[in-house]
Amino acid sequence: MNRTIRCTVNGKKKELSVDIRQSLLEVLREELGLISVKQGCAAGECGACTVLIDNVPIDACLYLAVWADGRSIRTVEGESKNDKLSRVQQAFVDEGAVQCGICTPGFVMAATAFVEKHQGQKVTRNEIRRGLAGNLCRCTGYDTIITAVKKSLDEDFFCYDENSGGRRFRPA
Amino acid sequence: MFNIKTYKEAGSVKEAIKLLQENPQARLIAGGTDVLVKLHKGKGQFHHLIDIHNIAELDFINLNDGEDLVIGPGTCFSRVEESPLIRKHIPVLSEAICTIGGPQVRNMATIGGNLCNGVPSADSATPLIALNAVLTIEGADGLRQMPLEDFFLGPSRVALKQHEILTAITVTRDNYTGFHGHFYKYAMRNAMDIATIGCSAVCKVEDSVLKDLRLAFGTAAPVPIRCKDTENKVRGRRLSQNLLDVITESVVDDVNPRTSWRAAKDFRLQIITTLAQRVVKKAILNAGGTIH
Ligand code: FES
Ligand code: FES
Repeated sequence: MNRTIRCTVNGKKKELSVDIRQSLLEVLREELGLISVKQGCAAGECGACTVLIDNVPIDACLYLAVWADGRSIRTVEGESKNDKLSRVQQAFVDEGAVQCGICTPGFVMAATAFVEKHQGQKVTRNEIRRGLAGNLCRCTGYDTIITAVKKSLDEDFFCYDENSGGRRFRPA
Repeated sequence: MFNIKTYKEAGSVKEAIKLLQENPQARLIAGGTDVLVKLHKGKGQFHHLIDIHNIAELDFINLNDGEDLVIGPGTCFSRVEESPLIRKHIPVLSEAICTIGGPQVRNMATIGGNLCNGVPSADSATPLIALNAVLTIEGADGLRQMPLEDFFLGPSRVALKQHEILTAITVTRDNYTGFHGHFYKYAMRNAMDIATIGCSAVCKVEDSVLKDLRLAFGTAAPVPIRCKDTENKVRGRRLSQNLLDVITESVVDDVNPRTSWRAAKDFRLQIITTLAQRVVKKAILNAGGTIH
């Protein structure tokens, strides 16, 4: 029951033959090797499978692969550019917002969509919590994740570190 | 892989109706957040799918010539919640929708899917029942309309024939003009949870008199329900604490909650009476009323 779809994955054009019974999660992991996309629950409850479709976060476990035809998909694999982590990724590292890591790619993508949508706006920790309510983390207790998102949104938190060539948070 | 046996994509409502007629076993899939979970869990009733995910004519929110608010059932929750028209005219619906699932689910799940699924806990149902929403349904026999309240027949049973499809959800102008509302969902978590009890109140207040009240509950009976007896008792009465107490007392006879693993009947009744008072009070305040 195969169909050909055309889509963009992390900026690259792809033509894929997908089975209509496959979820996008299965195609991304099994056909394209994008294993940052995790299957936690396969029921839309944990957000570990979050990817961006046309910059909107969705659960790839509940998305038929055929629906991706003509769309643009982003996963964590495409977020760092020229060996430099994205702003959100770097904030997760700097804040220690990662423990076991299984939830992290999903969180990074949900956070990336949130940060892009709210760029330049003042948001409260509670609004960030609501924006990330579709992602579960069993390790961190969320606080470091919320801080990482807050820092990603706030230009003043950053300074440029010439030596390491990357972004670093301004020391408190 | 999902256990899908046949899959047909419909490009229009007409085509979807034709495909439904051709295969009596076929079911519609729109946002997929319910159907794909059921398929994943091995539930049998969704092996034959007709995909209405990409039907543009079902995805809209607008005001018609009579300034009635019309919502396309294929519109995803995020778009409904953020719609300036919805926020301006029926903000109680936005309030209810932002309690559903998480952002990822709301970006896919459709408002029509939530209603057609027919579960007693459907969070978009109570505000729409309170607003006297009317459904437009299209099928092989043509077009018909019915009040949303009559659409729910029982748990997961709605008044859709096999060849029919929901094509519009309408809140008429006289049902939102001058009305104010409030929604509250009692659940175990603040997000990603199914309502233990959901409550919507919509009211109109003039000169300290409760001109009209519509009170609706989810998970308080086999279907989302309106508390008509209570509404009739209090319509036209002066605002007072006593009035709220009448509502609390009367609402018990309007509902019929059951015991499930989520909550016992007694507990649900306790929440229902508490919410009746709290949600109606907030709706009255939103309508500019004061309670002495
Ligand atoms: S695996 Fe998709 S939401 Fe959990
Ligand atoms: S870091 Fe382990 S689940 Fe989030």
